[in-house]
Amino acid sequence: MSDNYDANRWKRFDDWDARSLRLDKFAVEDPENGFSAFHGAADPKPMLSLKGGLVTAMDNVAAADFDMIDAFIANYHIDLEIAEEAMAIPSGQLARMLVDMNVPRTELTRLARGLTPAKLAETVAQLNAMEIAFAYSKMRARQSPGNQAHVTNAKDDPLQLAADAAIAVALGFDEIETTMRVARNSWSNALACCVGSAVGRAGTLFQCSSEEAEELEIGMAGFTSYAETISVYGTESAFIDGDDTPWSKAWLAAAYASRGIKMRCTSGAAAELLMGFHEAKSLLYLEARCLCLQRGMGSQGTQNGGIDGAPLASSMPGGVREIMAENLIAVWLDLECASGNDARHSESDMRVAAKILPYLIGGSDLICSGLGSILKYDNSFNPSSFNGEELEEFLVLQRDFEADGGLTTVEDARALSLRRRAIDALSHVLKDLGLAEATEMMKRSVAVASGSNDTQSFTPRDVALISEKISGNDVTVLDVIKSLHRGGFIEESENLLFLVKLRVSGDYLQTSAVVRNNKVISAINDPNDYTGPGTGHRLTEARRHELANIRDVLDREEVLRAEAVSEMGEKKSIRYQIMGLADPGTDTDEIVVGVSPGFGLKIFRTLAGHRLSAVLRALKAGIERGGGAMRVVRFWHTADTSFLGLSAARLSGSGIGIGIQSKGTAIIHQKDRLPHNNLELFSNAPVTALEHYEQMGFNATVYAKRLLPNPIVVPTKGEALGARFHARVALTYAIETSMIEDNASPENLKLTFLEQSA
Amino acid sequence: MKDKLSAKDYPIAETRPEQVLGRRKKPLDSLTLEAVIDGEVEIEDFRITPQALLQQAEIARSVGRAALASNLERASEMTKIPQSEVMEVYELLRPGRAQSQKELLDVAQRIRSRYEAVLLAEFIQEAADFYHKRGLFRKRY
Repeated sequence: MSDNYDANRWKRFDDWDARSLRLDKFAVEDPENGFSAFHGAADPKPMLSLKGGLVTAMDNVAAADFDMIDAFIANYHIDLEIAEEAMAIPSGQLARMLVDMNVPRTELTRLARGLTPAKLAETVAQLNAMEIAFAYSKMRARQSPGNQAHVTNAKDDPLQLAADAAIAVALGFDEIETTMRVARNSWSNALACCVGSAVGRAGTLFQCSSEEAEELEIGMAGFTSYAETISVYGTESAFIDGDDTPWSKAWLAAAYASRGIKMRCTSGAAAELLMGFHEAKSLLYLEARCLCLQRGMGSQGTQNGGIDGAPLASSMPGGVREIMAENLIAVWLDLECASGNDARHSESDMRVAAKILPYLIGGSDLICSGLGSILKYDNSFNPSSFNGEELEEFLVLQRDFEADGGLTTVEDARALSLRRRAIDALSHVLKDLGLAEATEMMKRSVAVASGSNDTQSFTPRDVALISEKISGNDVTVLDVIKSLHRGGFIEESENLLFLVKLRVSGDYLQTSAVVRNNKVISAINDPNDYTGPGTGHRLTEARRHELANIRDVLDREEVLRAEAVSEMGEKKSIRYQIMGLADPGTDTDEIVVGVSPGFGLKIFRTLAGHRLSAVLRALKAGIERGGGAMRVVRFWHTADTSFLGLSAARLSGSGIGIGIQSKGTAIIHQKDRLPHNNLELFSNAPVTALEHYEQMGFNATVYAKRLLPNPIVVPTKGEALGARFHARVALTYAIETSMIEDNASPENLKLTFLEQSA
Repeated sequence: MKDKLSAKDYPIAETRPEQVLGRRKKPLDSLTLEAVIDGEVEIEDFRITPQALLQQAEIARSVGRAALASNLERASEMTKIPQSEVMEVYELLRPGRAQSQKELLDVAQRIRSRYEAVLLAEFIQEAADFYHKRGLFRKRY
């Protein structure tokens, strides 16, 4: 501690400066310079003029002045049969319809087809964050929520990709997405994830984010089943700077469909601002343009919600609300929404958790796009909101809110066996197809590795060669299926074949399609039909059970098992002998220690982990140091600390007693005081040390002499002791209370300490 | 005229598997693991057909998704175009690749005559008009 009291600011600010939150940079609202979530300096007022079946003006721009985005939206998004009716509805009324559970989703998606970008933006801007979240939940297209994983690593190591893909599948992700550190490794990454994702179950869709032409080729070779790299932008200059036009992107959209590959576009707040072409328009208005464009292109869906621009959007006032608002526009436009929550928008875990909540409890087609199933440093897209590190937090949030975030706990023995299976399968394919040979050491290191820092696997050069051979030898997914079959990986070959067959019917080209239990479900056969409580997505009992079933949960048997282990140690340390009923004492040096019914009988250690024999030994030492004598009495009529203490005091010749529960909560009491008006209390048993019990024994003797000692302070570091211990406390205490007998008399106990050391 | 497909026909792989054929007319249930192992089916057999895309377009249109349906119809035409040409047109549609309106119009004409791709040809023509209007035929590199 510093003794310098001359500081010129409150030291709390130093504490705040040290928090990870302060690594985040925040920006002032500056609409002229593009820093406005909802109110850009140049945002147009919504309007639409039609003449002779043509749009003559939209959002204050005459048709003659349309840029490519306006023109594309006017041609392909605006439904002339609906536009007049829809644009005539005041935006305030549309906003209320969005949050009105009695207005069906389909009525709103119909009207959206006639609304201009400015009208869509003006409408959702009127909703507060809670209303947006509710409307999003009501408006999203597919009823069953889902999730997407990133599977990448810093070395582009195929063995690790396969192992991690298998884990992502086991966790329940509907889609997995990979990308590379080195562009030429794309074929290797694709093949590795493709094999890994066939382990365990069939139907997890897979994409390899790479250069447009190559991505399509990899898809045509059958390794991937979807794509989401078709980025669009809200200003013409940004679009051109991104080296595309609405027409070139729409061409690509048709190209994917023509090859039977699921496709969605990507857009997100602040991309235009990052690229330097914002036109002084708000994030939301530009996103509304992007989304109308995507609907017009005929994309079934969008990856939307900040995406790479999320950190910049979140630096502005209302930025996170805006991200929610743009997602709402996406689903209002009837698009599948892979709702961002990927690029980590903050260094603060609290900001991250707060941002995910509406999506978790309201559901989304793909809640994250994606969630980093690997460690942060292995994420080649950049760290996600949730990563391998925080994945269990996501599982627990699902359990807390009984909200289906699409994931399921993977038990640890199963995790390792899936990893080994994926590694073996891929190693076989690599060898069988003459691509590479993995050594036993490589395989073993990857199987147990949490991240690529722990692996001894292929070098970056090896990977480049593997990738070159796959593409050079025209390897297709059918070669991989055959190879898996040759290697005895029959189930994996079948799973992979299942995925490739999906493209023949094209069923998964429909809005919000994913595969569950070997069936394609989408907004067509699993439409969100929310119309109020009891409708829409509800957890089944089986799914509720899955969400509850996280790792390491405590039950009564577990507590008793742990105590049984301690019991054996205690039997060697202490013997309790009942010496008949306890009567009031007369010795003024006497300090009665009243123990609870289960003390040393069912429970043997305090929450801090001290053996009860050691606690009694410490109390005895303190009492004797103060010149007192300890008498131990077991009470049967109560397990409550206050009453244990008061009852002990009333039996004590000195009038001072100590009450102690098995879990270690202890109290000093005086016979004439009210039950809850004690002399001293150790309420935080988990942080109470043996020396505190010794001091308590000593202080009791000081009170016995009618003097005032220094009360003992048990320091805490602010631990959330309730979170750490209350489940065990409740179970332990229930064991004690079940032993209570009304009106049962206390018994004197004779202690024999069997070992000198505690 | 036969009835158009709608939501009740979806997914077509489940409601009418016998009608779902690969590019070489092999039905879905013949695309088995054994057939793959025996080399009886090739990657070509797993390619979506123009018919399947049109069926999906009908289903999409029946549930109010006309824009998606139009994309699937364009895709249906595109199934006939070889990969290299698909990518070649894509490249030309990117900003500044085509140096004149005529270059794109020629491509549109070629796509129309060679592949009977009416929708795609119109689409390229429309792009050519707007690129002209917005001055996109300028060199980028």
